[in-house]
Amino acid sequence: MYSFNYNRAKSVAEAAAALAKSPDAKLLAGGQSLIAAMKLRLAKPSDLIDLGTIAELRGIKVDAKSVTLGAMTRHAEVAASPEVRKAIPALAELAFEIGDRMVRNMGTIGGSVAHNDPAADYPAGAVALGATVQTNKRKIAADDFFKGMYETALEPAEIITAITFPVPKRAAYMKFKNPASRYAIVGVFVAETASGVRVAVTGAGSCVFRVPEMEKALSAKFAPESVAGIKISEDGLNSDIHAKADYRAHLVTVMAKRAVEAALKR
Amino acid sequence: MTVKVSMTVNGKPVSAEVEERTLLVTFIREQLRLTGTHVGCDTAQCGACTVHMNGRAIKACNIVAMQAEGADILTIEGLAHPDGTLHPMQEAFREHHALQCGFCTPGMVLSAVDLVKNFPNPSERQIRELLDGNLCRCTGYHNIVKAIKACAEGAKV
Repeated sequence: MYSFNYNRAKSVAEAAAALAKSPDAKLLAGGQSLIAAMKLRLAKPSDLIDLGTIAELRGIKVDAKSVTLGAMTRHAEVAASPEVRKAIPALAELAFEIGDRMVRNMGTIGGSVAHNDPAADYPAGAVALGATVQTNKRKIAADDFFKGMYETALEPAEIITAITFPVPKRAAYMKFKNPASRYAIVGVFVAETASGVRVAVTGAGSCVFRVPEMEKALSAKFAPESVAGIKISEDGLNSDIHAKADYRAHLVTVMAKRAVEAALKR
Repeated sequence: MTVKVSMTVNGKPVSAEVEERTLLVTFIREQLRLTGTHVGCDTAQCGACTVHMNGRAIKACNIVAMQAEGADILTIEGLAHPDGTLHPMQEAFREHHALQCGFCTPGMVLSAVDLVKNFPNPSERQIRELLDGNLCRCTGYHNIVKAIKACAEGAKV
């Protein structure tokens, strides 16, 4: 790992000020992707600004209409929260499927969303549920937040403080995971929301994306057979030693079908 | 550049001047000379470096020591009773011969203690799934799972 300066921020304002001062600084949340990337010398931040002790960034708030997760809330906390399990069980299940227990004890939702790994789980949940990303500057709809591979709408010195998920009528997440890394080869989150059905796919492409054809079919009839015959194009999908693009395209249909089945069982 | 890091390890307060980039596992092994915490893959996959931080199992190769500033750390050296009596999970591993070469064992045991604490009375299948963050290159999983199940059924962890 290259050397860096370490700073512990006591507040979001302090972290934003430190971030604005050095253009090559990076925020440190749980570090489960960042520290690994730094060890491989794929990332070379001049400064790390640790958010680990900022109390205002942690916590789970649930009301009748929504679940709000503080940016520094750990995956294990979301997975184990009785309130989240009751309000949006699919979200708790998604958190439980991330990495392994030790990674879930460190990794945070804010870190995952800000990193926007093409195979990360939270982006699928955020987009399918129509979540809102709250930063120290503004609110950003999930649809406008995820821009591309490891790319988001976040501006320099902008810090995610919380993410709010509206409670759907029903939802489920199905993930076909790489058994070694536990990242999604393909993950599909299906949600029947107040504004219609939303289907978000992670792992298959360079960034989370929605499948309008499936959403239309499921809005007409929320049943597995509605998506069973819909095959997305393999053009532009990821191809690697784990799965070729045509296989990933096939998995999108299979996982979408299973997600609808699971959502109907709730 | 160096920074001062302080934490409690196995009940004892420790502190040292370290480089910012020092990993927690490096601090534990090289600074504190507690070499029971192993470095296996060094990429947060194998779990040989598992320790408890504030009561939760984490991978010590995947955080920098400064992230543990002020934390309460438990390593394998601190698990047994000071008089030498083994922790019930260690006893179960011994009883069921849940180790072959022993390299993954410290991480397996600390991971297993956290597993049983958070998922009381796990089924065999649950144990196998929840143990996915610990790799045993001897493939000795069968007895490891048996030991964890026996410990979960027989004793308070």
